[in-house]
Amino acid sequence: MAELLRYRDDETVDHPAVTVDAFLDQSNASAVRIEPGDDARDLLPHLERLALVEVNFPAFGDGRGYSSARILREAGYDGELRAVGDVLVDQLAYMRRCGFDAFEPDQQLDKDDVQAAFERWPEVYQSAADDRTPIWTKRHA
Amino acid sequence: MYKYDQYDQAMVDARVEEFRDQARRRLEGKLTEDQFKPLRLMNGLYLQLHAYMLRVAIPYGTLDSRQMHALADIADKYDRGYGHFTTRQNIQYNWIKLEDAADILADLSKVEMHAIQTSGNCIRNISSDHFAGAAADEVVDPRPYAELLRQWSSFHPEFSYLPRKFKIAVIASDTDRAAMRLHDIGINIVRNDAGELGAAFYVGGGMGRTPMIAPCINDFVPLDRLVTYAEACLRVYNRYGRRDNKYKARIKILVHELGAEEYTRQVEEEFTLLLDQGVEPPFAELERVRTFFEDPLFEADASPDIDRSDPDFALWVDRNTVAHKADGYVSAVISLKPVGGIPGDATAEQMRLMADLAKDYSFDELRVMHTQNIVLPHVRKADLHALWTALDEAGLGAPNLDTVEDIIACPGLDYCSLANARSIPVAQRISERFAKTGKTETLGQLKLKISGCINACGHHHAGHIGILGVDRKGVENYQLLLGGSEAEDVSLAKITGPGFDEHGIVDAVETVTTVYEREREDGERFLDTYRRIGMNPFKEALYG
Repeated sequence: MAELLRYRDDETVDHPAVTVDAFLDQSNASAVRIEPGDDARDLLPHLERLALVEVNFPAFGDGRGYSSARILREAGYDGELRAVGDVLVDQLAYMRRCGFDAFEPDQQLDKDDVQAAFERWPEVYQSAADDRTPIWTKRHA
Repeated sequence: MYKYDQYDQAMVDARVEEFRDQARRRLEGKLTEDQFKPLRLMNGLYLQLHAYMLRVAIPYGTLDSRQMHALADIADKYDRGYGHFTTRQNIQYNWIKLEDAADILADLSKVEMHAIQTSGNCIRNISSDHFAGAAADEVVDPRPYAELLRQWSSFHPEFSYLPRKFKIAVIASDTDRAAMRLHDIGINIVRNDAGELGAAFYVGGGMGRTPMIAPCINDFVPLDRLVTYAEACLRVYNRYGRRDNKYKARIKILVHELGAEEYTRQVEEEFTLLLDQGVEPPFAELERVRTFFEDPLFEADASPDIDRSDPDFALWVDRNTVAHKADGYVSAVISLKPVGGIPGDATAEQMRLMADLAKDYSFDELRVMHTQNIVLPHVRKADLHALWTALDEAGLGAPNLDTVEDIIACPGLDYCSLANARSIPVAQRISERFAKTGKTETLGQLKLKISGCINACGHHHAGHIGILGVDRKGVENYQLLLGGSEAEDVSLAKITGPGFDEHGIVDAVETVTTVYEREREDGERFLDTYRRIGMNPFKEALYG
C-alpha cells in the first residue's frame, strides 16, 4: 500500500471502513467503503455520521466511482472522500474535480507527477464538485 | 465559424503538454501500455494493423481554409501525403509514428484544432448537419448547441471513463442528414407551438453489432436546461451501463434492457436533482456562441441563373449541389468518391485545392459530411462553373452525390485490426462496375454502405444497400442487406440470405438494382421500391 495523499486539514479517521451493507446495518460506523456496484445514494440519509467515505477503484477504467463521489458532494457530504485502489496519476485531476480530497493508490505515485497533474489545467470547462469557476461563467462575469 | 478565445486556446495547449508528458512517462516505463492506452485513445491515437492512426476532431464538421491547409501539411509532414475523412466528420491519418504524435497535436493547436476525445470510452467529437447554416429547411443553425456541448463534454471529469464510447449528434431540421437517431444521443433542435426553441432528446441509438434506433425520451428540453439534461442522461449511463461485457456496454443496451420508459424516468429523476447543482452554462454563453455562426454577407442580388450549356457541368450541378436558404446560392458537394477510388481519401494537394476554393467561393468555410465528402456550404450560382472546372481538373468533380457510387466504406482489413474482410476493394469494384454500365445516373438516390466487420463503422445497417464483410473459414465473405436508412425515415437493413465472395457481391448488388429497375413506380427511390415490394423479389433474383 502506498502513502496516503490527503488534501484536508482535519484528523484522519483511524478505524477501517466497512462495506455499504454493513454500514447500513450498524449504527455506530463512521467510515464506509463504496464498491463500483454500490449505490452512493443509499448513504444519503446517514451523511451526518460519516467522517470517511472510501470509493474503491478495482480497475482505473471503471468510472462509476466518479459519479458516486459527485453524488455525495452534491448531497452535501463534507467529510473525507478517499479514492482507493487502482488510482493513477492521470486520473487524479478528474477525481479531485468530482470531490475526492484523499487518495490511497495501490501503487506509490511519483510526487512530481502528482503535483504536475494537479497543476495541469489552467481552467475548467464545466461545473463539477469542486469550487472551480467554469470558463463559461468567467466569460460572462 | 467558432473562434477560440484565450480560454479555449489555453485548454488545448494544456492538453498537448499533458499528452507530451504522458508519452514521456510511457517511454520511461512509468506507465504500462494498459495504463497508457486510454490516454492515447482520448488523444485520438489508435493502433491499427500496420501503424498508429491519428484521428483529428473537426467539431460539427466545420473548418476553414487555414485549418484545411494545416491538415494537408500534416499529411505531408507526418503521413504519406493523404488523409481519410470519416463518417463522424473527422479526418484520420493512417501512418503515424507514436513519437511524432505530440508534435502533430502542437501543430494542430496552432490552428485551433486537436484530437481530443476522438477515441476512447468518453464523449466523442459532436457531429451535426453538414448543411448547417445553409440548408433551406433548417429551423435554426444547430452548431451553437453542438459547440456548447463540445465545451461541456471536453475533459468532463465524471464522464471520461464511461462503459464505452459515446457519440452525440445535433441537428435542427426535419430532414436528418446526420444519422441522428443512430447515435448514443441524438438531439433535434425544434420549435414548439409557442415559438420557443427546445431540444428533442433521442437516446440509445447506434449501429455496431446490435443496431438500434434511438427512442425519443423527451420531445422538448428548454434550451436553458440542455446541458443539465445531457448530464443526467450521461450520469444514468455511467452508473448503470454494463461493464461486464464490452459488446453490451453501449447506452443502447442499457436503454433496451431497462426499457425507454424506465431509462427516461431515471434520467428525469437525476435531472431534477441536477437542476439545483448549477451545471447549466449562463444563457449569455449560448448567445455568445451564436454570434460566431451568423450568416456571412450573402449578396442580395446574386443571380439565380446557371449556364447549363456544358452537359458535364449541368450533370454535376444537378447531382452535387443542394438548395440554399439564400437566393442565388447553393451548397456544393465535393465528392471524395472518384470511380475506383478509396471513399473519403484526399491527398494533401486536393485538401489544399479545396481549402483555396473555399476561400475563393464559399466564405472561407468547408464542411465534412458523414458520407465522407466535403461541402462548400455557401457558393454563388454564378461561381459554380469556375468551381466545377477547378475541381474536375483535380479529379474532384465526380457527379455522384447520393448515388450508388457515393459509397461509405470503413477502412476494413486493409488497415483495421478488428476487420474480418476488406471493404475498400469492394467499394472500388462496385463504383467501377456502375460507372462502366452507365447505370449510376438512372438509379438515382441509392445509398450503399460497406463494413468490414460487425462493428459497422461503414454503417451497413443504414444502407439502402448494405454490405457486411465476414470471415468464413478464413475466406472473406460478404453479406448483402437491404432497406436501411440513416435519414429521417430511419430503418435498419435486413440481410438477404447467404453471403457472396468478393466478385459475387458486386454481381449481387447489380442484381438487386435490376429488380429495382424492373419494379419501380414513378418517382420511387430504390428504398421506396424495397419497402413497397419487400424482400422476396430481391431474394428470388439473387438465389433463384
